[in-house]
Amino acid sequence: MKPLKHIESNTVALPTVDIDTDQIIPARFLTTTTREGLGDNLFHDWRYTNDGKENPNFLLNQNHNKDCQILIAGNNFGCGSSREHAPWALMDYGFKAVISTKIADIFKSNSLKNGLLPIIVDEETLNELVRQSGEKITINVEKSEMTISNNKKISYEIDEFSKYCLVEGIDQLGYLQRHTIEIKKFEKMRTWTP
Amino acid sequence: METQIPKTLFEKVWAEHEVTQETPANPAILYIDLHLIHEVTTPQAFTLLKNQNLNVRMPKLTIGTMDHSTPTVPIHSFKDIEIAGKSAANQVRTMMQNCEDFGIELFGFESNNRGIVHVIGPELGLTQPGKTIVCGDSHTSTHGAFGALAFGIGTTEVGHVLATQCLLQRKPKTLLIEVTGLLNKGVTSKDLILAIIGQIGVDGGTGYVMEFKGKAIDNMNMEARLTICNMSIEAGAKSGMIAPDDTTYNYLYDRPRSPKDNDWEEALLRWKTLPSDSDAIYDKHISIDASKLVPMVTFGTNPGMVIGVDESVPEKKNDKSFDKALEYMQILPGKPITNNEVDVVFIGSCTNSRINDLQQAADILKGRKISKGVKMLIVPGSQKIKKEAEELGLDKIFISAGAQWRESGCSMCLGMNGDTVKSGKLSVSTSNRNFEGRQGKGARTILASPLTAAASAIEGRVADPRHYL
Ligand code: SF4
Repeated sequence: MKPLKHIESNTVALPTVDIDTDQIIPARFLTTTTREGLGDNLFHDWRYTNDGKENPNFLLNQNHNKDCQILIAGNNFGCGSSREHAPWALMDYGFKAVISTKIADIFKSNSLKNGLLPIIVDEETLNELVRQSGEKITINVEKSEMTISNNKKISYEIDEFSKYCLVEGIDQLGYLQRHTIEIKKFEKMRTWTP
Repeated sequence: METQIPKTLFEKVWAEHEVTQETPANPAILYIDLHLIHEVTTPQAFTLLKNQNLNVRMPKLTIGTMDHSTPTVPIHSFKDIEIAGKSAANQVRTMMQNCEDFGIELFGFESNNRGIVHVIGPELGLTQPGKTIVCGDSHTSTHGAFGALAFGIGTTEVGHVLATQCLLQRKPKTLLIEVTGLLNKGVTSKDLILAIIGQIGVDGGTGYVMEFKGKAIDNMNMEARLTICNMSIEAGAKSGMIAPDDTTYNYLYDRPRSPKDNDWEEALLRWKTLPSDSDAIYDKHISIDASKLVPMVTFGTNPGMVIGVDESVPEKKNDKSFDKALEYMQILPGKPITNNEVDVVFIGSCTNSRINDLQQAADILKGRKISKGVKMLIVPGSQKIKKEAEELGLDKIFISAGAQWRESGCSMCLGMNGDTVKSGKLSVSTSNRNFEGRQGKGARTILASPLTAAASAIEGRVADPRHYL
């Protein structure tokens, strides 16, 4: 995982609530055995019309949104399936952060393990960000702080360990492996075996 | 004397699996007792293991099956698997190879134990009280019906479990859902969980492990309990749990992978200590009266958009997401939901594909015909259930009613294997997600119980099953 310390980009807002993983990447694109290339099918059924053309009404297809790295989404983003293909697709497309008032547990956990930053804000902040969709914001990952228009600073909360892994680009598997002694001890000490 | 702090079921299972405890700086390391894997969410995890030259730490604690992208027509050779598409067949091949390379037991096409991952775990007796169970699949919460702590994980975490048998976890909060009263005739555990999701919302459980309690739950068989825990993820919960009791033990006794003889007696003693202490404290508590419920159906594009089958669809309410859902569903607001004509009926999925579900559908379909324009697919949750249903003659009832009877798998629940609902068609489905396009691009899905699905197939429109009982 690459270290993620700083993000600076225009935003794009999809204020729909409960955007589920089937919208982020429909199941029929999950027959792949690699993680590359999923960005082509990100939000597929909203992004393309039935004849396979780009849907001009979908926000991501509008020119000024094409290289956005920050997605502002309605409440409860990423609900549904555990498919890690969802954050893979968002990242493959170019996103580095998702901001919402609530982000589903498994999606959040999957995002953090791939270097996609999930940010939870209150409703008022979300509404403000939606209104300012398209404007540039910067995120200081180390300080858990973003700067939006008029130089307004907003801090957000994030699990310390997850932040540390993001900022340093640390792979959590390595952390677990360094605890092999404790794991072995646990296996030896437990009173029953599964 | 040491005073014991009262604990919930969840807290007991959690505490027993902490390799290291969490601190503000670090999450806990949690030991995993059973890891279930399937073809869709594992290939990238195995690739990582191969690239880093790692072994599977405890191959015996991982069990594989193939269910998501597999066809539900009989399979005689690999050519039959390609019906679902070349890349689906490739995924299946990769799964077989990976399990072979790493010494993992796989219930493949030739196995009588093959089936939907959350159906075969309980069926084989692998799912047991007090275990930690994970799978790269959000509906892993299903297994909580046995008093296990079971939750879905992503592919990176599948790699973590394969390599270390552990996961890094923050301790979730606890939510008690107390179900008072008893369910009325024609109202099933599916209706109950839909009503609960309707009450607390699709994000009402986020950050929590739910525990379901109450007389209605005590009276349920294991299959009905599995349906409830299965859909706790649809309220955003990490997991759903039900304390083990005699129903649980009777179900598990003598299953192929249940403990035997002395081990059984020992396990039983341990399991009996698991139920929440009577004075245990939950972070949150809600209650619902089961006796007030009617059969439930969804009308929108998430499982929380739900009403009684005898009700009218809510009016639009100047809420973009809500109105968008109604538009997608092409369901008229303000009109009875039973006005809607149905094109497809699907009975299956890890929510409702067990023998009891099939029996309920058969009771309604027996001696009747499904409506002319309706395509009905009945997909058992496992090959064992398929066989059992055939021994009971249920397949004949289904076929003579005009339904299609298939091999086991996820099938139309997520439309990955070629079984899909065509764009614009309305389906009544016993599965768990009515998301836009879940059953196929443009497909419109109404979630319901097997009883409601069967009644709807007969009438060719959304129907109240109580008229058939
Ligand atoms: S039946 Fe549906 S919900 Fe269950 S495991 Fe299969 S795809 Fe997932």
